Amino acid sequence: MVGEGMLLVMAHPALERSRANQKMMQAAREVAGLTLHDLYEVYPAFTIDVRAEQKRLMQHQIIGLQFPMYWYSTPALLKEWIDLVWLHGFAYGIGGTALEGKRLFVACTTGGRAEYYGPDGQNRYTMEEFLRPLEQTARLCGMEWEKPFVLHASGAKTELALQAGADAYRRRLAALAAVAVFVEPEGPAIQEIRE
Amino acid sequence: MNSQSLLIEALVYLAAGVFSVPIAKRLGMGSVLGYLVAGALIGPFALSLVGQQADVMRFAEFGVVILLFLIGLEVRPALLWSLRGTIFGLGGAQVGVTAAVVGGAGMLLGLDWKSALAVGFVMAMSSTAIVLQTLEEKGLRQGPVGQTAFGVLLLQDLAVIPLFALLPLLAPPGAMAAMPAHNASLLAGQPAWVQTLGGLAAVAVVVGGGRYLIRPVFRFIASARLREIFTASALLLVIAVAVLMELVGLSPALGAFLAGVVLAESEFRRELETDIEPFRGLLLGLFFITVGASLDFRVVMGQPLQLAGAVIGVMTLKGVVMFLLARLGGLERRDAAATAVSLSQVGEFAFVLLGLIAGAGVIGQGPAAFLTAAVALSMAITPLAMAGFERITVMLDRRGRRTPDAPAFDEGAPDVIIAGFGRFGQMPGRLLQANGFKTVVLDSSIEQIELLRRFGRKVYYGDASRVDLLRQAGIEQAKLLIVAIDDRDAASKLVETARHTWPHLKILARAWDRRHAYDLLRSGADEVERETFESALAMGASALRALGFRAHRAHRAANLFRVHDLNSFKKLAPLSGQEESYVLAARDAANTMERLLKTDMDALKPDSVDEAWDVKGRDEELREEAWSGEEDKP
Repeated sequence: MVGEGMLLVMAHPALERSRANQKMMQAAREVAGLTLHDLYEVYPAFTIDVRAEQKRLMQHQIIGLQFPMYWYSTPALLKEWIDLVWLHGFAYGIGGTALEGKRLFVACTTGGRAEYYGPDGQNRYTMEEFLRPLEQTARLCGMEWEKPFVLHASGAKTELALQAGADAYRRRLAALAAVAVFVEPEGPAIQEIRE
Repeated sequence: MNSQSLLIEALVYLAAGVFSVPIAKRLGMGSVLGYLVAGALIGPFALSLVGQQADVMRFAEFGVVILLFLIGLEVRPALLWSLRGTIFGLGGAQVGVTAAVVGGAGMLLGLDWKSALAVGFVMAMSSTAIVLQTLEEKGLRQGPVGQTAFGVLLLQDLAVIPLFALLPLLAPPGAMAAMPAHNASLLAGQPAWVQTLGGLAAVAVVVGGGRYLIRPVFRFIASARLREIFTASALLLVIAVAVLMELVGLSPALGAFLAGVVLAESEFRRELETDIEPFRGLLLGLFFITVGASLDFRVVMGQPLQLAGAVIGVMTLKGVVMFLLARLGGLERRDAAATAVSLSQVGEFAFVLLGLIAGAGVIGQGPAAFLTAAVALSMAITPLAMAGFERITVMLDRRGRRTPDAPAFDEGAPDVIIAGFGRFGQMPGRLLQANGFKTVVLDSSIEQIELLRRFGRKVYYGDASRVDLLRQAGIEQAKLLIVAIDDRDAASKLVETARHTWPHLKILARAWDRRHAYDLLRSGADEVERETFESALAMGASALRALGFRAHRAHRAANLFRVHDLNSFKKLAPLSGQEESYVLAARDAANTMERLLKTDMDALKPDSVDEAWDVKGRDEELREEAWSGEEDKP
């Protein structure tokens, strides 16, 4: 099934505490052709409606995931959502072709500075490497991997810098939602908002 | 007065009020001016539709007593204590300085110093009724203007007591003969220490009775659950206090205020307010009408210029004095001006005091009639002056913004009103309070209220299905109404009434069962919660665990069941009208259970929980791969 437009799955367990994710969510709201899906608001008790979620995935062409990076991974509910919804026979394996040809876009925020992510930083690996599990998830399901969007040092940024980051995010989402097919990205593998 | 003429008088008064007040309001003048004009029109000096005002006025003065009682109810002792500086400092200064200034003006106009001083004190009084009513209508009661005006008025009421005793002493020697019996005091003529002791005893009775006697009595009365008896006893309380105070020669209004303060922290506060409020409005209206009717047009026509001069002169002097004192007291310029304008008239006590000093021979009868007319006129002008002042400030506001008066009299607007604080309502109530939301709780179970109050909770006695009580509780500022009362029909009725009165209010309601839940939704509730649903589901999960399920599996099975049941709750909503008769309703209940069981069977197969964590399909794939791999081998 070929879906239309973009689905942005947002997961933050305490959105009220995150200026960055709030601003990014607000930016997403302003993008035409984008459906925002706030996981912690819809499933506060982690009782995910699997069939409804699968239908939602099939109805869209671009699947976006927006989340704060926790311990080099996604928040618990987003992981639960992938575990329960991206099933064998649906997303991968024999007969699992529902997501084939769709595009997966990841947008995440980090608490640390951009320079922490690399061989010389305290986190030792680049963001590209930390996002490998999601990249591989996309590959296994036959999806195109869009260049991820990463906003660093989200808690330490000034309002002005955050707003600039959110503006860049909105432009990126608008560009994604507007282009019907996957275009091999040029330049670095990750769009990083450092300052 | 026979019953027919009583009815006719009532007809005239009511008609005058009903027609003139809305017109005055429409013209932006406030209700007080409407009443005053109506009174002047029907009074003996104009259309003469009603006769002598003395009796009616005495009766209507009770409106002021009720007003002070209601104000007392809003003033917790702690607040009164925090206002002591305003009351005694500013209030005392206002009375003293105004008396001196007005008295000085009187001496310049040729009065001897004794008469001038007496007139000065009389003119220092302002009208509690007019000021508070006007400030209330303009929404200024709660802010600095309201508090300052209130403190000053309170001291004036206090000052009336010594003035009654002292003003007649200013009479020239030999003129003391005609001391009028201005009050019905039992202690009149007794030595001063007896009067003082009697007054103190009466105050002790009010405070002690309010503390220890009134609450059990009201609890007993409330347990009878008859609204009119509660109203009657509330009225009885106010009248009893007023009579007691008159007996010992104290001001009934002050006594009522004291009784109100004593009861301000009781659980009956809201209910008392709601029950007494209509009497206040009607009697104050009557009072204003009688003031209007007492305006003697012959005096007005006889000396129009002198009278205008006197009114404007007195009001200007009072206003300037009050403005300067309020500025000294730290009020902002605009607040000080508003306070000064609102307090600039001469009040109802002046009528009584003028009668007193005229009777004692301090001033002549002619000047007394002249001053009485001046007082009435100044009261009539106040609403106009306030309206004019408001126009000016609005014009000034166009140049600069100002912050609204901060509310101070009460705890502020509640976030949530909770009707019913029993075993259900307390849960949402405690959760909301724990998360810092302001709740106002209404409950009609005396035992429950007592228990909760012992733990320091703010709970009020009251039947929450009354719109006026909800309004008192602050529902117009609240974001949410939680209906958690036991009685099913009362709950539905409350939801329906609240929805009808406040279409945009968010209402959450406790439902007794599935049918009641549908009923509440039809009545206009935004969300319903079946009262046993979550606990019964939790017990189902416990049962699964007891039968050997791991905890998380039992938890998830219950979660899934909840989602499924809420879906079927939406799907199986009865068609409208289906539940009209009892027989149909019973059949519907049986049908519903049957349909529920069937959907359970369809939707919830034992294996349907968590298939994601047990990927049978992939395992089979792997086995097939292994199999075909072996076959590929040569």
